[in-house]
Amino acid sequence: MNITKAKHNKFEGQDTGCVTATIDGVELQVPKDTDNRHWIAIQEWVAEGNTIAEAD
Amino acid sequence: MSNARKLADNLPTEGQLSGRNMVINGAMNVAQRSTSSTGLGASAGYFVCDRWRMGVNSSGRLTMSQTSDAPDGFNNSLKLDCTTADTSVGGGEYLMLNQLFEGQDLQRIAKGTSSAKKITVSFYVKGNGNATYMCELYDNDNARHATHQFSVTSSWTRVILTFNSDTTGAFDDDNSLSLYLTLWLHSGSSYSGGSYTASTWASNVNSNRAVGASSFFSSTSNTFQITGVQMEVGSQASPFEHEPVGVTLSKCQRYYWQTVGSGPHYYATQYSAGYRFIQVDFGQEMRATPTVTVSYASGASLTNYLINRQHWKAYLAANYDATASYRSDSLKLDAEL
Repeated sequence: MNITKAKHNKFEGQDTGCVTATIDGVELQVPKDTDNRHWIAIQEWVAEGNTIAEAD
Repeated sequence: MSNARKLADNLPTEGQLSGRNMVINGAMNVAQRSTSSTGLGASAGYFVCDRWRMGVNSSGRLTMSQTSDAPDGFNNSLKLDCTTADTSVGGGEYLMLNQLFEGQDLQRIAKGTSSAKKITVSFYVKGNGNATYMCELYDNDNARHATHQFSVTSSWTRVILTFNSDTTGAFDDDNSLSLYLTLWLHSGSSYSGGSYTASTWASNVNSNRAVGASSFFSSTSNTFQITGVQMEVGSQASPFEHEPVGVTLSKCQRYYWQTVGSGPHYYATQYSAGYRFIQVDFGQEMRATPTVTVSYASGASLTNYLINRQHWKAYLAANYDATASYRSDSLKLDAEL
């Protein structure tokens, strides 16, 4: 997977449990679930030195 | 041959009589995402028939489609057409078709125990001419694998491959990835430069994974079609276990679901004085909390909230306004392995 962007989500100041990520050119809402393949890929992306941006 | 002999030859020697096939959508009847996708090869993923993943690292490109060209008794096959050849094969290149399995669905194999069973994989294949490819079972929990070459001709042929039992390395009993069923269709020396021993499990050696396999990307004349994929316990390939398409669809929707058509689909309702929300209850509990891809009608962006294996909700802070409606036009849920 080619991850180019990831950002935490908040709603009314509360973490939604998801990140918004751009993977293979598509914007996805990825849950922070260790069984989710996109979240696993994001964790690997972070391990390579990338950062999930904080929510607005 | 007597009728009794024919019957005996078609009966399984181990395992149950129904629900034998561990492969989902082996007849390629369900294609929720698309029935055809062109220019594939830049990245791995799920593109056409449900549950069938393509892994790739090559400059070759292909079109993947669900086609009605199939052997007797089948409605569909999955077809790959090479559209850009790759004849300068780098060591780390590959093209593979996979189906990925949860460990909890594989416990009948008793892998890693003294009662471990043989596994028989069968499928119908057809190409544009003669080719040899590799079928591999890869144990993701224990980094072990077993391989078996198979031949393709320009006619539909049923391939039957029996893999030995493996008393080493049990599959985890959970919803995570335990096994890859892989068809290697193109490989560089990193995956094909080793030695080949048919059917026998061993600790993974990457260079042994696709030894002797032809390259699908060798020519733009190349095609590869497959259907009737079955993986069952025992050394006997029983006849393909057909099932109603609704049953197959339900199995597929544990891993992927999307709305049909361009919408409108789900309208946000006024939840309380200051909030609207959309809630979608899934028809099938998903394997894991799914990734959500959603598009909203113009000006109706909501925030995803409270996604789990059974439902998805999205909220918007907005007071009641009789002139404003908010809706989603498409929704895709992905809990694939």
